[in-house]
Amino acid sequence: MAGPFSRRPAAKPKDTGKTLKRIMKYLFAYKLQLAAVAVSIIVSAAASVAGTYFLKPIINQYIVPYIGSKNPDMTGFASMIGMLAAVYALGVAGTYAYNRLMLNISTGTLYKLRTELFAHMESLPIKYFDTHTHGELMSRYTNDIDTLREMLSHGIPNLFSSALTVIGIFAMMVVLSPALTVLVVFVLILILFVMKKIGGLSAKYFRKQQKEIGRVNGYIEEMIEGQKVVKVFSREQIVKSDFDKINDELFHAAANAHTFAGILMPIIGNLSYMLYSLTAAVGAIMSIKGYIDIGTIASFLQYTRTFTQPLNQISQQMSAILTALAGAERIFEVLDEKPEVDEGIVELVHARKKDRGELEEAEKYTGMWAWRQPNEDGSINYSELKGDVRFEDVTFGYEENKTVLDGISLYAKPGQKIAFVGSTGAGKTTITNLINRFYDVPDGKIRYDGININKIRKADLRRSLSMVLQDTHLFTGTVMENIRYGKLDATDEEVINAAKLANAHSFIKHLPRGYNTMLTSDGANLSQGQRQLLAIARAAVANPPVLILDEATSSIDTRTEALIEKGMNTLMEGRTVFVIAHRLSTVRNSDAIMVLENGTIIERGDHEDLIAAQGKYYQLYTGMFELS
Amino acid sequence: MNASVQECLIAIRVVKAFVREDHENEKFRAAADAVRKAQLKAEKMLILNMPIMQFVMYCCMIAISWFGGRMIIGGTLLTGEFMSFISYVGQIMMSLMMISFVFVVVVMSRASAFRIAEVLDEEIDIRDSSGNKDLKVEDGSVVFDSVSFSYSKNKDNLTLNDCSFEIKPGETVGIIGGTGSGKTSLVQLIPRLYDVIEGRVLVGGHDVRDYKLGILRNAVAVVLQKNVLFSGTIKENLRWGNVEATDSEIIEACKTAQAHDFIASFPEGYDTYLGQGGVNVSGGQKQRLSIARALLKRPKMLILDDSTSAVDTATDSKIRQALRENLKDTTKIIIAQRITSVSDADRIIVMDDGRINAIGTHDELLAANSIYREVYESQQKGVA
Repeated sequence: MAGPFSRRPAAKPKDTGKTLKRIMKYLFAYKLQLAAVAVSIIVSAAASVAGTYFLKPIINQYIVPYIGSKNPDMTGFASMIGMLAAVYALGVAGTYAYNRLMLNISTGTLYKLRTELFAHMESLPIKYFDTHTHGELMSRYTNDIDTLREMLSHGIPNLFSSALTVIGIFAMMVVLSPALTVLVVFVLILILFVMKKIGGLSAKYFRKQQKEIGRVNGYIEEMIEGQKVVKVFSREQIVKSDFDKINDELFHAAANAHTFAGILMPIIGNLSYMLYSLTAAVGAIMSIKGYIDIGTIASFLQYTRTFTQPLNQISQQMSAILTALAGAERIFEVLDEKPEVDEGIVELVHARKKDRGELEEAEKYTGMWAWRQPNEDGSINYSELKGDVRFEDVTFGYEENKTVLDGISLYAKPGQKIAFVGSTGAGKTTITNLINRFYDVPDGKIRYDGININKIRKADLRRSLSMVLQDTHLFTGTVMENIRYGKLDATDEEVINAAKLANAHSFIKHLPRGYNTMLTSDGANLSQGQRQLLAIARAAVANPPVLILDEATSSIDTRTEALIEKGMNTLMEGRTVFVIAHRLSTVRNSDAIMVLENGTIIERGDHEDLIAAQGKYYQLYTGMFELS
Repeated sequence: MNASVQECLIAIRVVKAFVREDHENEKFRAAADAVRKAQLKAEKMLILNMPIMQFVMYCCMIAISWFGGRMIIGGTLLTGEFMSFISYVGQIMMSLMMISFVFVVVVMSRASAFRIAEVLDEEIDIRDSSGNKDLKVEDGSVVFDSVSFSYSKNKDNLTLNDCSFEIKPGETVGIIGGTGSGKTSLVQLIPRLYDVIEGRVLVGGHDVRDYKLGILRNAVAVVLQKNVLFSGTIKENLRWGNVEATDSEIIEACKTAQAHDFIASFPEGYDTYLGQGGVNVSGGQKQRLSIARALLKRPKMLILDDSTSAVDTATDSKIRQALRENLKDTTKIIIAQRITSVSDADRIIVMDDGRINAIGTHDELLAANSIYREVYESQQKGVA
């Protein structure tokens, strides 16, 4: 915690005005409450300024004239005090009111901002998540929202009330005594000058401190990650001394930063005492000469005492607000990211066959699905969902000028099993990412049941495909809920059937609470193989015509895989399946195997063909070549 | 709420693949609403702070004006004294505010202090032996004497259960078994990354707990399953094994680990800079660098924990051959998924569910052990 005067080198917002305007837009949802806040702040500030002014009439009219009198008339005095009490009561009420109202507004605004941020994040294309780390996005929800909360519930109201108080005090000072006010202004300029000088120095070291903190954290992260390596190489001492070095740097930067921040407070304090005594001395002389009365001096002195406090508040709040604005800007940056575009018009609907074999839309689940394809003339075509996928000369790159896939053509007829083999970076996963439109092919040459996939609504397209990924990603919740993720309205029976299909039923039964066992943090209480089985069951309950298995079994040992295989085989029956695998034993019985290298298919055929061809696949299979 | 964001970020592909964005939004909205309510409740108290402070201050002012005024009129107080008094009250108020502020900060930092203290107080359960300080590791023999081990120190949840075997110096031993069967746990006991619960582990004829940790770990080189390289040049990373290694020693170790060729192919060779975690080399290259790093220790014992999984079988066998030729006296323990990686070992230990299922040579196991045969067959299918 830096002293109240410190100016932390807040990450400065790039466009303060624009960001502020956007925040205002959120706040204006609370117009009435906001107006009430403004009134309350004015009342509160006015009360604190006016209260002090009361000293003058009290002293001048009700105290001084009666000094020494035996039978003073106290009624006027009493009513004056009563009025003061009333003003103060109003002030306290105002302060409470604006704080309370602001709390409502700020929590409501933050709630809205959070949910908007989350919903928007969900709609962003996968590409965005490739280029932004989780930590980066998480800090939007933690740091940035937190600073924004500070600013909304304390920063802005305090800033306004302090500013109003300062203006009010200054006005009253001028009214009371212009001459003394000149003196105050003069000393004030001196104070501001000192503040800027020392504040600047401490800001420099605060910046350095920030940088050093980053270095220290980076080092800690790396060493925690490699903790076991450090231990087996007995490097503890060396690591410790390296850490000491950077920690020392941080210490020096922090010490300097806080020294300057720390001495600022006493210096300003002493200057304001000086101001007080100077005003008192000058006021006394003026009073002796008869230019000014005692009551005026009393309230003027009181004003000089209270003057510096709101000034501190302002300088403190300003830097906090700048930090918050920078945070808000980062939040808006995420909100401004373009969501996945979806110009699809083809929808997936339940269907049934009419007598003449024509398709007709059905309300409820019929076991049959159809693509609902509106024509230009307004008529609607229905075609059955079969799971026929074709790539026609597809070229794709995540970044421009960097092709990952180069002229890929392939077809998968309904019910076929197509496998992709190749080293990391050959483009295997990219192909599957294109099928479900995690990424868009610039010129759409991927057809699904003969329909250009760019024309299919993304949600419908993805519903017709099911993916089992290498990293299973289970969610916090029961086993049942996790499997049901594949189809939210699945009955318990459907879930259990899916689990049986995936060969997961037997191990689930043995869990302490069966299907109601809670899974925590990505299913840490299950083995890798069990997690994988759940992921397969999850895909099974969705019951899609097309299945994508992306390295689904690569982190399981071959023996466990043999157990899963049965579940997989039942699942794959009658579906179009795309398999990506590292391990060739997984893909051997595919209808067609594509060997990818540098984004092109260099070999294709079934296992026997490829072995007979004695090409790359043969080399891979016999272990003559490295897959990495 | 943060947990739900985190979970969603990690699993974004699953969320999208199953078109569950709305479902997740619904979940998040509930969490965010709970946060809002909690915040409202907590801050309701906090915002009383300011008005109460003002209230007290204002009461003081009124009281002083009233009583002070009467005293001045009564002649018991001078106007100047009255004004000093008001000033003092102001000062006291300021100080009180400061104290309350500090108090809040102290309360807030107390929680953090506790958490720091928790880490500092965490008992170091693996302590250097107090016994013979100069005890050296004489040879690379290993004995497991009915060892049981559990990460949670809970005897009902054993990761390793009553494991006994002996390894002679210079022997090559393979360990094979399914995921979670305890292979990694087994070898981590040798350099004392963990301590046993029951039984003992002997290295070079002495209990590992009798050695100084530094001496023990310098004699036992482990190439971990999760290879971690650090930011720095390749050479700097390799020197973790031996700070004083000469360039020629480094090259020799890399040749044994079959890493020299690819390092030499980099434009900057051994001075190539690796990013954090070695992001700019492939998995197989990382594994070979880690092996070279371990070799530089010139260990009495080398443990490869699934360290060649991303290396192709041809290179894998070259590495094993080089190890056999160049490190004759070093005991080699090789954990692997691939049968081919261990089939030429002197002996193979088959692990299953934390127990030693069988020990024997490739041929013996193939003939007599069902697990081994299953693994073998699942990997050989179709290879004629």
